[in-house]
Amino acid sequence: MSDTQLRFRDDEPVADPAVTVDSFGDQSNAAAVRIEPGDDARDLLPFLDRLKLVEVNFPVFGDGRGYSAARILREAGYTGELRAVGDVLIDQLAAMRRCGFDSFAPEAPLDPADAEAALARWPDVYQSAADARAPIWAKRHG
Amino acid sequence: MYKYDQYDHAMVEARVAEFRDQTRRRLDGSLTEEQFRPLRLMNGLYLQLHAYMLRVAVPYGTLNSRQMRMLGDIADKYDRGYGHFTTRQNIQYNWIKLEDAPDILADLATVEMHAIQTSGNCIRNISSDQYAGAAADELVDPRPYAELLRQWSSFHPEFTYLPRKFKIAVIANETDRAAMRLHDIGIKLVKNDAGEVGARFYVGGGMGRTPMIAPMIREFVPLDQLVTYAEACLRVYNRYGRRDNKYKARIKILVHEIGAEEYTRQVEEEFAHLLGQGVEPPIAELERIMAFFADPPFEAGAAGEIDRSDPDFALWVDRNCHEHKQAGYVIATVSLKPVGGIPGDASADQIRLMADLAKEYSFDELRVTHAQNIVFPHVRKADLYTLWQKLDTAGLGTANLDLIGDIIACPGLDYCSLANARSIPIAQKISERFAQGGKEDAIGELKLKISGCINACGHHHAGHIGILGVDKKGVENYQLLLGGSEAEDTSLGRITGPGFDEDGIVDAVEKATDVYLAQRKDGERFLDTYRRIGIDPFKEAIYE
Amino acid sequence: MKILTGNDLKTGAVTWWDGSGWSLHVEDCADVGDKGEDIIAREQAARRVFAAYVIDGEKTDGGIRPAHIKDRIRALGPTVRPDLTLKPADPEAGNWVI
Repeated sequence: MSDTQLRFRDDEPVADPAVTVDSFGDQSNAAAVRIEPGDDARDLLPFLDRLKLVEVNFPVFGDGRGYSAARILREAGYTGELRAVGDVLIDQLAAMRRCGFDSFAPEAPLDPADAEAALARWPDVYQSAADARAPIWAKRHG
Repeated sequence: MYKYDQYDHAMVEARVAEFRDQTRRRLDGSLTEEQFRPLRLMNGLYLQLHAYMLRVAVPYGTLNSRQMRMLGDIADKYDRGYGHFTTRQNIQYNWIKLEDAPDILADLATVEMHAIQTSGNCIRNISSDQYAGAAADELVDPRPYAELLRQWSSFHPEFTYLPRKFKIAVIANETDRAAMRLHDIGIKLVKNDAGEVGARFYVGGGMGRTPMIAPMIREFVPLDQLVTYAEACLRVYNRYGRRDNKYKARIKILVHEIGAEEYTRQVEEEFAHLLGQGVEPPIAELERIMAFFADPPFEAGAAGEIDRSDPDFALWVDRNCHEHKQAGYVIATVSLKPVGGIPGDASADQIRLMADLAKEYSFDELRVTHAQNIVFPHVRKADLYTLWQKLDTAGLGTANLDLIGDIIACPGLDYCSLANARSIPIAQKISERFAQGGKEDAIGELKLKISGCINACGHHHAGHIGILGVDKKGVENYQLLLGGSEAEDTSLGRITGPGFDEDGIVDAVEKATDVYLAQRKDGERFLDTYRRIGIDPFKEAIYE
Repeated sequence: MKILTGNDLKTGAVTWWDGSGWSLHVEDCADVGDKGEDIIAREQAARRVFAAYVIDGEKTDGGIRPAHIKDRIRALGPTVRPDLTLKPADPEAGNWVI
């Protein structure tokens, strides 16, 4: 289990161990879940009120299903911690933030300066996503 | 054409800075090649047979003269004095150094160009009709819609690590010059009964090792839901496209395996959900983009006649020029297929000359075609002879558009690390063979397409005659296909039988054209005759 | 014989292992026997090469030649542009490639 290296929330981190998606529904006291690439994030929507931590696992950085999982949860109103874990690299951070991730537990620690630069890279964004950034089209017609 | 505002400039500059930083981290060892590879690919930088190759995006194939001149200058400054125009309406350079790549991207940014998403498992450069905005018979100019989608797809946070690459084409004409239904998403702009313009979506087409023609999944998407619908199509693919086998990862396999109906159902469900998520730009944004594509200031009452007294010129006019929507103008295509030449290649000097001529004779605009030619979209008939003379002196006056010498060919084993056989020498031999004795003329329209491997970058499935190069125990071998088309009558070619060696395939092509010449009826093209008589007479002649 | 080829990280140029370093010329190849993968691991880690792999080579009168056509084209350059090959002045230079 890797440590959370970056966290963009002020609340207390949840200490509960994350359980699998298919067992989460049956454990009425569970508050933390771990999504694997093949899981359907929408299976969690009935339980949003008790969910406090969702870990989305990236076994390999090139498998992009976790980006959709994250956005789907945020679109459904999930406000708890959304943590990217696994093969999380510098160059995926900015897109992950846009999809709603607010904490990162990479397998291999990231160079802090490079991570900061990557997160500050984009002056604007072209699309509306799960973050609060106004897309360029909104600014043009604001 | 579209012009960047401060936002577009800032985004492209940020991308240059990002890639400069990624290159630094690769060279200092912070990034492994495995980690760097997708990053460089998303900036169009491949490793090919001899060096790095850089693919520069030409969005929907449209360029101004300043951009075209920069493409020529880059060929001289960073490469070996030439570039290769591709079937994705892009240009690629074959001899790039990694350490130069960030500087090239910075040079491109000064003329509002980039190499963003010209490779990688993301949404690629969007292609379109090379006659957009000029053709007499189009419904609307498709390019503003392509530009809207270009911005939406650029750095899309959810769709950067798709199962596989993703190609979109947008057209607005009954005549399809963009192989629309052989794309992951093909969009055709149409009018509904109420007279409103909307988008018809075809999803799951493609060539490659499993060619498929895209089924229509939505007849009419209103323009104020276009981006949302595309987003729904992509989300379903990102979640459910296969990731267990890279050869089955394109969306065509997903659509094929679950069926177009089920895919459509999932898209519609996702679409209904996304409509409430505010992902659609306001229609004012589309209108802002449209304003950039207004007609250039055509001269009213320009002369309607072309002086055809020079027979070579008259031939070029007949073959390479197309009717324009504005009286007194034509659309002129420069063939990059000189007899015995390398299809799609142009020297730095030729590229700069075309830039200058476009400025003088075509309202500063050029197009790259998927057939690897260059278009001057708006030429006054009165200027046409002068334009042709200047092109002809530079070796750019070949009159063979859509004839057998106008071959699409991938770079093949001469350049490409994926290829199994060379494509270019076959194209050269065929164009030389048919240029002799007026045979090319006698045959008329015949689209011949050559790929050096099953990835089908040379569109061999969609050629009236297609050639596929394979590796047969370390020796190049070529299979012949007949009956494909990537126009509005889309069809996939059939393999005739056993393959041939280099000279054998040229002979086989000639035998196939002989069958056509002997059997054609009034006005039939090669493809029409093939469709009427079937493959057997051709097989008999080829394998007799 | 087994020979080793890859690309120079900075320039992308095709290179060949000559026993102590990387050469642009296939003729300089050393026979790596069964040591190919070890050399690749070491040299890629040091970023002196990337995308390296072991191939079969043959000693001929003209020098060492890769067994497969793809690597022979890599060794010389594009067959359709003799002016851009390693031996642009020699019209016979590519006779062994195909």
